[in-house]
Amino acid sequence: MTAPVVDATDLRIWYGTPRGPVRAVDGVSFSVGRGEILGLVGESGCGKSTLGRGLLGLLPEGAKMDGHLGFKGEDLLAMTPKERFQRRGRDLAMIFQEPLTRLNPLMRISEHFVETLRTHHPKMSAAEIENRSLEVLRLIGIPPSRWKSYPHEFSGGMRQRLMIALALVLRPAFVVADEPTTALDVLVEAQIIKILHDLRENFDTSLLLITHNLGIIAEACDRVAVMYAGKIVEIGDARTVFADPKHPYTRELLRSTITLATDGLHSIPGAPPDLVAPPTGCHFHPRCPDAMEVCRLREPAIRARGGGPVMVGSNDVACWAATPEGLTAGETAPLVREELSVADEA
Amino acid sequence: MSRGSLPRYILARIGLMIPMMLVLLTLVFLLLRVAPGDPITAAVGGKLDPVVIEARRESLGLNRPLIVQYLEYLWQVARFDFGQTISDNRPIIEIIRDNGGATLTLTIGAFLIALGIGIPLGLVAGRARDSVRDVVIRLFGVVTYAAPIFFVGLMMQMFVARPLGFPTSGIANPRTQFTVATKPITHILLIDAALQGNTQALGDILLHHVLPCLTLGLLICGVFIRLVRVNLLQTLQADYVEAARARGIHESRVVRKHAFRNALVPVVTVIGLQAAMLLGGAVLTEKTFNWPGLGTQLVHYISARDYIGVQGLVTFFAVIVVMISLVVDVINALIDPRVRYS
Amino acid sequence: MKILLAPFRNTTGMARWLLVSGLALVALFVVMAVFAPWLAPYGFAQNSVDGVKFEKLVPPGPGHPFGTNDLFYDVLSRVIWGSQTALVVVLLSVVLSALIGVPLGLLSGYVGGRTDRVLVLIMDALYAFPSLLLAIVFGFLLKSVLPSGVVAAALSLTVIYIPQYFRVVRNTAVSAREATYVEAARALGASNSTIMRRYLFSNVIQSVPVIGTLNAADAISTLAALGFLGLGIQPQEAAEWGFDLSRAMDDAASGIWWTGLFPGIAIVLLVTGLTLVGEGLNETVNPTLRKRRFSAVVLPPAAVPSGSATGSTTGAEGAAS
Repeated sequence: MTAPVVDATDLRIWYGTPRGPVRAVDGVSFSVGRGEILGLVGESGCGKSTLGRGLLGLLPEGAKMDGHLGFKGEDLLAMTPKERFQRRGRDLAMIFQEPLTRLNPLMRISEHFVETLRTHHPKMSAAEIENRSLEVLRLIGIPPSRWKSYPHEFSGGMRQRLMIALALVLRPAFVVADEPTTALDVLVEAQIIKILHDLRENFDTSLLLITHNLGIIAEACDRVAVMYAGKIVEIGDARTVFADPKHPYTRELLRSTITLATDGLHSIPGAPPDLVAPPTGCHFHPRCPDAMEVCRLREPAIRARGGGPVMVGSNDVACWAATPEGLTAGETAPLVREELSVADEA
Repeated sequence: MSRGSLPRYILARIGLMIPMMLVLLTLVFLLLRVAPGDPITAAVGGKLDPVVIEARRESLGLNRPLIVQYLEYLWQVARFDFGQTISDNRPIIEIIRDNGGATLTLTIGAFLIALGIGIPLGLVAGRARDSVRDVVIRLFGVVTYAAPIFFVGLMMQMFVARPLGFPTSGIANPRTQFTVATKPITHILLIDAALQGNTQALGDILLHHVLPCLTLGLLICGVFIRLVRVNLLQTLQADYVEAARARGIHESRVVRKHAFRNALVPVVTVIGLQAAMLLGGAVLTEKTFNWPGLGTQLVHYISARDYIGVQGLVTFFAVIVVMISLVVDVINALIDPRVRYS
Repeated sequence: MKILLAPFRNTTGMARWLLVSGLALVALFVVMAVFAPWLAPYGFAQNSVDGVKFEKLVPPGPGHPFGTNDLFYDVLSRVIWGSQTALVVVLLSVVLSALIGVPLGLLSGYVGGRTDRVLVLIMDALYAFPSLLLAIVFGFLLKSVLPSGVVAAALSLTVIYIPQYFRVVRNTAVSAREATYVEAARALGASNSTIMRRYLFSNVIQSVPVIGTLNAADAISTLAALGFLGLGIQPQEAAEWGFDLSRAMDDAASGIWWTGLFPGIAIVLLVTGLTLVGEGLNETVNPTLRKRRFSAVVLPPAAVPSGSATGSTTGAEGAAS
């Protein structure tokens, strides 16, 4: 197997608030191979957006990141800020959530492209810039007649395509797409997802697709990472994880999804935890149907999903219930818990 | 989307201007009519025989019903006839012609200074939020607005003018007045001197402009500082700014091309509002520096209790304010393509 | 009480300092205004003591800490009494404009239709017109009518500020009819009085003090301007800083600085104080202006979860530590 384009180990992103440090990302490991699409799914507030921004170095002032973040073999976090900055845009790109406000309203589309290309390739001629940009736009589905238009002359879906084109014109090796279709309607969403899915053919990019929508993951992703309260609880091949989820949270998420076969609404009781003071042990234990005594005491060990050697960050699960090997009888006893008070319900 | 909606936009704005103009004119008319007492007596009473006064009232049409006077007033304004003063029988349009130029150059000069000081300071303050620089600049903006023009003018006269040799009175020295003002072309002294090729007079006039324009400009700059700063704070947090950063664009360029530029666009809209403030301030500045503009004339006719004189000049100011507001809206539509489509 | 303390709790650092300094300045002048009879060494129109007339244009020194002006008045006394005049006039005008503007706005907002459109047009026109000129016109008119210069000045100022209260209240009233959050509240079963109380009332309560303070700052300036132009209050009736400054203009040429400096500084300080308070309140009330700040955080060394492999590979199991 070829070396991964991005591999992260024990990544942490914390930021300080008056109440105490918020552990937005608390020890996350994953890897993305070349041309691969990894989906990152979780509820709002689980830290996935922070993780996405952290990979690009777009964290707000006061946020701290540590761990190991490898890009094509180099450790990004060991570099100087300047070196990291050089890779932004050129090697690592981002596609944001709200396309309507992501383009400068006073600048034409052409000016956006010129600015982007000139920054990274100062010697490129105007003609070459235009050719390259129009080529990318054509692949994304924007006709060259709109080259001189202003952003407000495009619909939401078109603007998202523009964002994607703008990110790809530099041919980055790795793209983070942070909820790219959440603000778009379903039909447009399908088109955008198809474009993202086909990226690897035309551009050979790896993609981290952040979303809360399981359907998109199933459609477009090779692998999926499920995130909860700042940690990745399960990661592996998308089809396998959805067919045979090992972690209770993944199971609950799947059961909450509404399909034509749904005859009753299912929701996970309780609310996502406070990231300043998350629950002890496994962060999910207050809401987990399979919780055991040990879940409250110790964070789960990361074990392989299907048995066999552990491949942390590529095909594993962090759950005592799923992998109870080595636990005592007392530890595996079902968790005794107080009634969830009304205040805990969202 | 049609791109030719600019003419339509202009027409729509003109349509909105007319009611506003009417309201202002009506207001001015009513105010000066409902005051008790008699305009003529107030202006010249005690100097003229009552019979003569009555005759004057007749000739000025002050005995006719109010509505008739009102309609005639509106009709006159539409033809740019602002009436004739009671105390010295001057047509107000002539006063405007003779003194308007001085007020014009004063306000434009002050405006340029305000922009030149306010915008850069606002950008610096917004860029370095809550730093010492930011606080000092904001305080500067507050204090310059708080200090009355005549006080600043007084300070200027005492501490700046004398040591540095700037003139503090009038728009030109007597010699310049004689050579330039006696042969008016545009009736704007500054431009006339330039047109006549009289560099010495031009220099003299410009020198006289320094202190008054600076004083008035300082008053207004606080508004621009505050506005630019707030706009910049907002644009720096804008989504497209974050997206530009994500593409690896250097911070200095992001700040310059994306944040600064977009922050300055709303400044144009505020310019229209500042016209009102500028005119008010101009009146005070003119009195402070003996500046021969419309403000001085207004003050003169106020102390002469000349109702028609005051009415005429105030009407003119109202018309100007509305016009400027219209022009600013059009310019705004030109700059920001989104405005035309709303 | 909570509303009153909110500005202090919601602002931090520099914003809070500015607010506090503003309040200190305003408090200083309020004290001067209220205790003028005891604080001022002489009356505001007093030009002699014990039958001995003051000297004209005496520089600051013993007996007259701020000197005397060309009307034989003591400058310090004029400054102190002037704060009383300023505060009385401004308080009167701001309260009056609110008393007129707020109900008009409510009426206009709720009634809607033609009445609303006409009122809005009139108010917008008033608002667009240079406020000083408006004050001048009213001052010009009222001077011949009213015996009291103080009342005339206050009324002249009132008109300028009515449109601001009108606009804010009207817009709030209109949104109370149409805003989506109000619709949502209604859908949840909120009654009309609840809506009025929570949304309308609290919105108005929050913006009126800001407007009021900023209007007060502007009013002091405008009052001084009127005094400077001779449309204000006569020196025998009350002390007014603008008037004193107009007389000081001639003194400047002769190098006499104390007649103008002290009244001028008084104006600057009071207006600055009021503006700082107004802006400080504005930052409290307007949450979009507040900055979301994160403080620096130190990450403790990573805890190693029991039983896990350290390091990441895509192949062989990492060595156990």
